[in-house]
Amino acid sequence: MSHRSVHDLVAFCQAIFDDLDFTRAREWKAAQPGRGVIGYMPVYVPREIIHAAGMLALGILGGGSDLEVIHGDAYYQSYICRIPRSTLELAVTGRLDFVDGMMFPSTCDVIRNMSGIWKLMFKDKYVRYFDVPQNFKDEVGGVFYENELRELKEGLERISGRKITDEQLNHSIAIYNENRAWVNKVYDYRSAFPWKAPSAEVYLLMRAGMVLPPEEHTLLMQEYIAAAEAENRPMRDNCRVVLTGGFCEQPPLPLIKSLEISGCYIVDDDFMLVNRWIQGDVETTGDPLRNLSRAFLHHSGQTAAKYEPDMDVKGKYLLDIIRKRSADGVIFSAASFCDPALLDQPMMISRVEAKGIPYITLQYAENSGQMQPIREQSGTFADSIKLWSGV
Amino acid sequence: MSGAEVTKSNSQLIQKAMISRNYDRITSGECKVSSTFVPGNLNELLMCFDIANNLPEINAIQNAMRKKSGDMIQEAERSGHSEDVCTYVKADIGMMAKGNIAPNGKPFRDPDMLLLSYSGCFTFMKWFELLREQYKCPTVMLHVPYAADGQPTQNMRDYIVKQLKDEVIPTMEKVSGIKFDIDRLREYLRKSAQAENNLVWMLEQSKRRPSPIDCYFGGVYYMGPIFTAFRGTDEAIQYYDLLRLEIEERIAKGLCAQTLDGDMPEEKYRLVVEGPPNWTSFREFWQMFAEAGAVVVASSYTKVGGVYDYDGFRHDPDHPLESLADYCLGVYTNRNLPTRVDMLARNLKEYDADGLLINSIKSCNSFSAGQLVMLREIEKLTGKPGAFIETDLVDPRYFSAANVKNRLESYFQMIDQKRRAGGFITGNAAASA
Repeated sequence: MSHRSVHDLVAFCQAIFDDLDFTRAREWKAAQPGRGVIGYMPVYVPREIIHAAGMLALGILGGGSDLEVIHGDAYYQSYICRIPRSTLELAVTGRLDFVDGMMFPSTCDVIRNMSGIWKLMFKDKYVRYFDVPQNFKDEVGGVFYENELRELKEGLERISGRKITDEQLNHSIAIYNENRAWVNKVYDYRSAFPWKAPSAEVYLLMRAGMVLPPEEHTLLMQEYIAAAEAENRPMRDNCRVVLTGGFCEQPPLPLIKSLEISGCYIVDDDFMLVNRWIQGDVETTGDPLRNLSRAFLHHSGQTAAKYEPDMDVKGKYLLDIIRKRSADGVIFSAASFCDPALLDQPMMISRVEAKGIPYITLQYAENSGQMQPIREQSGTFADSIKLWSGV
Repeated sequence: MSGAEVTKSNSQLIQKAMISRNYDRITSGECKVSSTFVPGNLNELLMCFDIANNLPEINAIQNAMRKKSGDMIQEAERSGHSEDVCTYVKADIGMMAKGNIAPNGKPFRDPDMLLLSYSGCFTFMKWFELLREQYKCPTVMLHVPYAADGQPTQNMRDYIVKQLKDEVIPTMEKVSGIKFDIDRLREYLRKSAQAENNLVWMLEQSKRRPSPIDCYFGGVYYMGPIFTAFRGTDEAIQYYDLLRLEIEERIAKGLCAQTLDGDMPEEKYRLVVEGPPNWTSFREFWQMFAEAGAVVVASSYTKVGGVYDYDGFRHDPDHPLESLADYCLGVYTNRNLPTRVDMLARNLKEYDADGLLINSIKSCNSFSAGQLVMLREIEKLTGKPGAFIETDLVDPRYFSAANVKNRLESYFQMIDQKRRAGGFITGNAAASA
């Protein structure tokens, strides 16, 4: 293992984050003939199958705050979130020209319809809308999902020109198991020592995982924890908050920094759920598609894009995280016009209110520029927790 | 619009009475009630268990047309719902907060079940999670996958049938206490198909010049029974028989389409419209078209509760559950954008329309996300100009009459110019109309 400093590691991740031409992914593809890249939108796709096809799963999380959207607005009506505009901007300006296919998960109506836009506009590309079951019984939703996974596998076989064996799939599952384990270790580390692993750094580290192959990302996370541990950083008198609602369109990086500057340590969040969607390891022996299906049905994360069949369980995941992370409060942070997050929010609020957990709500767009009002709001929130919660 | 007497045909009056009867049944307390959604609704199945069908979207529309939805939406926003989300949802939640009074003036009873059969709209899922918080009644989910490649797959069909067998039907049996009888379902489906034949006949009459009907504003009335609580009933068959007679009579007399103020004197423009209408200013909106002599010869909104004309779908009594699956999969917004483009482009050609107007709905991403791309594609395919306006479903704050009227007038002028020039107007110019 190398001995890069936290500064160097963060600079490395920042460069990947800033690079809207996805140079690292282009280089990976060009390094060997026959390699392919499959882009995917938030929230969840089974990256293991893409990996087993010898392809790179490339997370496309919008254009961020620095991308000037010139063309994207011509494709979307006024009242809509920003992520489809900036993603389309990336595509029409040629920044995704090296991507062999795009996957659109069943996150919301906007992302769903975007799969059709891709079909209309980029006719030479592989396009897959990836539906996941909202029924979580093995013999009902499980059968459907296994068949969907099989169709995806066959589609990737067609474009990669190679068969995907069970052995390759199980190997890829093992690689993602390890990657996920390290993602969780980083999250656990941040929760234990939030002053040593600031959220903006952890965020950049996870964003790098959207572009790098999982093996490389795993090494990067190992390196980061070792480097962060070696740094001597002062602990601030911040309160501990869970951030929820930003699972699709991502907030601008200054927003994450602002929250911590204002006095809130983010000890958990739901950015980039894909890299910790499955909780625990997926079995690496037996039928890999069945194992992926079972993991999704029974051990996957919760988000507003998923149906909760049991009203009594609704919101339990959030309360569990608050307890597990010893959080003092919750920041409900959703992108403007995000139907799933904003419709879910009142239900989640009722759960945290019932427990007397402090919370605030804020909305953002990926290109929000004014951080002062957010800093004031979250700073007041942090102060109120410190003053009134006996923290 | 003037305070003139509204012109209503016999079929409209009969439909009004049908809807009233359904509300009386829902509020009577004499039968079990299920709330469910219009696109992909399982009316025939509910009838097998004597369960009344309550449709929150229709309630929101009814309240919007009575100018009540604005207060309801603001009530929901005061209780913590975002300004940014679906206004049908907020109108429903606001209605509950304001006493939950049905359009017949009587209080809604709490539903006995929520049938979350969501087809073509992700928001429905959250809507019923929210209602479940209030009613705490059994909620049965029918997940309908999105037909993203244009055609439903066997896997999708099998998944829906399995859910019907394992989840939906057992829940309905439990709620109603009635055992499922597949022959009863077959009989209802047979009746559905009979009414559906006349529905398609009706839709296709607007190929005539002049069109005897308006397939958007008028279409709202024509499609009512089959998209709501009457598909599979004798009443629906009788309604569509009567409607057919009325339209045949109009054709024989050479009449133009009927409006709220009487028959349109002259048909000047023939349009295809994509997207739902605005309900809070429905009359004013319609009048803008009627005064210009614009008739809508086809619309996607008349397919939102089921597409019957594009690929000939009919409910099939010989394959009852599979047929319900195909119906759910095939509703308009559950079809991918290339299919929607093909459908509208075909309408433009087959109905000899002058152009495509898109009414983009602020709070309905299911319809609206992607419409500008559809507009470009359809212009390319047909050579006919398009135009784009923005309103909302049931939130009066998002209907700007002057703005809509200006855009429509510009659009009609553009069509006139095209006629004079005898050529094609480029897409970008049209899109900015």
